[in-house]
Amino acid sequence: MTVPNGQNNAEWHKKGVGLMSWDDAVASSIVNEYKHLAGATLPILHALQENFGYVDKRAVPLIADALNMSKAEIFGAITFYHDFRHEPAGQTVVKLCRAEACQSMGCESLVTHLKDAHGVEINATTPDGRLTVETVYCLGNCALGPAALINGALVGRVDEEVLDAVCKGQSHDRMAG
Amino acid sequence: MSPSIKIYVPRDAAALSVGANRVATALANEAKKRGQAVEIIRNGSRGMLWLEPLVEVETAKGRVAFGPVAPKDVASLFEANFLTGSAHPLNLGLTEEIPFFKNQERLTFARVGVIDPLSVDDYIAHGGFVGLKKAVTMTGAAIVQEVADSGLRGRGGAGFPTGIKWKTVLGAEADQKYIVCNADEGDSGTFADRMLMEGDPYTLIEGMAIAGVAVGATKGFIYLRSEYPHAYQTLLEAIRTARAARWLGPAIGGSSYAFDLEVRLGAGAYICGEETSLLESLEGKRAIVRAKPPLPALKGLFGKPTIVNNVMSLATIPWIMANGAKAYADFGMGRSRGTLPIQLAGNIKQGGLIEKAFGVRLREIIQTYGGGTHSGRSFRAVQVGGPLGAYFPESLLDTPMDYEAMAAKKGLLGHGGMVVFDDTVDLAQQARFAFEFCAKESCGKCTPCRIGATRGVETMDKVIAGDTSKLALIDDLCHLMTDASLCAMGGLTPVPVMSAMTHFPDDFNRAPKRMTPENLAAE
Ligand SMILES: Cc1cc2nc3c(=O)[nH]c(=O)nc-3n(C[C@H](O)[C@H](O)[C@H](O)COP(=O)(O)O)c2cc1C
Ligand code: SF4
Ligand code: FES
Repeated sequence: MTVPNGQNNAEWHKKGVGLMSWDDAVASSIVNEYKHLAGATLPILHALQENFGYVDKRAVPLIADALNMSKAEIFGAITFYHDFRHEPAGQTVVKLCRAEACQSMGCESLVTHLKDAHGVEINATTPDGRLTVETVYCLGNCALGPAALINGALVGRVDEEVLDAVCKGQSHDRMAG
Repeated sequence: MSPSIKIYVPRDAAALSVGANRVATALANEAKKRGQAVEIIRNGSRGMLWLEPLVEVETAKGRVAFGPVAPKDVASLFEANFLTGSAHPLNLGLTEEIPFFKNQERLTFARVGVIDPLSVDDYIAHGGFVGLKKAVTMTGAAIVQEVADSGLRGRGGAGFPTGIKWKTVLGAEADQKYIVCNADEGDSGTFADRMLMEGDPYTLIEGMAIAGVAVGATKGFIYLRSEYPHAYQTLLEAIRTARAARWLGPAIGGSSYAFDLEVRLGAGAYICGEETSLLESLEGKRAIVRAKPPLPALKGLFGKPTIVNNVMSLATIPWIMANGAKAYADFGMGRSRGTLPIQLAGNIKQGGLIEKAFGVRLREIIQTYGGGTHSGRSFRAVQVGGPLGAYFPESLLDTPMDYEAMAAKKGLLGHGGMVVFDDTVDLAQQARFAFEFCAKESCGKCTPCRIGATRGVETMDKVIAGDTSKLALIDDLCHLMTDASLCAMGGLTPVPVMSAMTHFPDDFNRAPKRMTPENLAAE
């Protein structure tokens, strides 16, 4: 396994798509792969999330042991950062930008559309496990907003048409980059 | 077969977001179908983002631009013989003659969009590594002096003189020192760091190596926000190729200096852009802001003397070393020397990257470069300098982009982002968002920020519901946060709030809709 170094773009940020369920042995081997790094906590957490789509609480003692840190420190680190999920994500992950430049282009009406037209709540996974929509603050695509990362692909000028396709589980060529 | 013609299709994430990969594939397929030999080069973006995907063709007269190109346009481009730069509805003429591009002063961004970002040869052919080659023949003190003489101030937001910071690290005695590049680029409305890392990553690598040579540091880290997966891939690849070509490693550029680099990903926390929080994060901890002193320059990463600089600051160093401090300082105004990569974003017709000497007026950027709003409605406000920056109305648009001039109007330049809003914006909502963002992103160390921001959201909700008596409370809260916060997160959140209240008072004085007689009657 070569995460997070050496992965390709399409795979990156999917963090949820057809991933394996949590396995302590696999998690341990990931921890061991990165523990030699100076300040290894974040690289380990990213690699775990890359593999499982989230960071299970069973990771806490594994990492604490490997890095010789307290469980409280590791737990504290996991909960501090918005990126790390505490439960598995949907098959499709949409990170929708809701920062100022995208606000100026109407991202909030997209949030309303997701809820009204599809019953999709933001910062949650649909009950069928198909879709997770998360808020992010800026994807660096602020001149072509509203912007979103859809399964790792950056999409500009996001509109209802693109989101409708996502919600229906259809592909849309604008999601391909 | 006809000779191979060079076509440039950007690999910049913004270009990809509107279909650049699909256009590149369509071009390759169509060329093959027609038996036309082409070489498709994936360059960075020229920064004219409303024209992306911007396809360029190399001709005898220079590079001719076509854009914005969609896959469905490709057949007609070949039909019109576009490889000769011929007429077509999408033909924009010579790229470098497009006014938006032509009227810039591109120093830091000189190569972005021009070269193949991952070709060391292309980089060298366009003046790359000249600065580093010079630096390895100089003493550390002489390099630091050159940086100081250029007048370069940190581009991350605070505008601290880079030469002074480097001098402190140079003077510190330690067995290990570090160069840390702040690539967290958390400010909404900014993307200059991303564009440079994707479009000319060797410039950043060279700048960091020069910093290492100057102060005696052998190891560097780039702390990159996780929201930039494309930049991450480009940096990993650039570091690999630079190492293979020995511009990183035990003897950089054949000199006696060693320097190597690692990229680390952040994890979606805005506060990690604050330098001490960033260092805590790199060390693998919760990213709680550190009290200063000690300065990171003396006790930084793992307790060692550390330069923390923004991507733009470091990427400008090679130009300064190659062309001299004076040439750089000749640009600009007052105490803001050199150029500022401005990012024009939001509700704007022609958004993108505009590198200009300090002193250009906000109005020129929004009107001449930007061409007005994207919606076509009238302009109402511009937020300059990210989420902690001020909202300016039309009447302040003649303010020059200069650190001191912006401060005089109770605003800030920050990282050079400008977010334009049309007349549908509600500044009371924007003020509320400023508090909400602070409440979400606060590291939690100090009460004025942690609690104050939450109170701010609650109080703004009351104001928006029509209780204008609460405006005085907002004012008090802002003073408290300004005076008593440990870092600029809590300390500057009042800037967007107060500027919105000062310049757009009407938005804060709306009678609640439900209370008007008409609405009551309607109900
Ligand atoms: C809340 C907060 C967020 C910041 N975010 C960034 C950032 O994303 N990028 C950056 O370069 N500097 C950021 N800074 C500024 C850094 O603390 C620091 O001043 C900068 O990295 C120093 O580099 P420079 O002198 O080259 O600008 C931030 C500061 C604060 C208080
Ligand atoms: S002002 Fe806010 S972000 Fe800064 S140290 Fe205090 S609590 Fe942390
Ligand atoms: S504000 Fe949405 S991409 Fe930057």
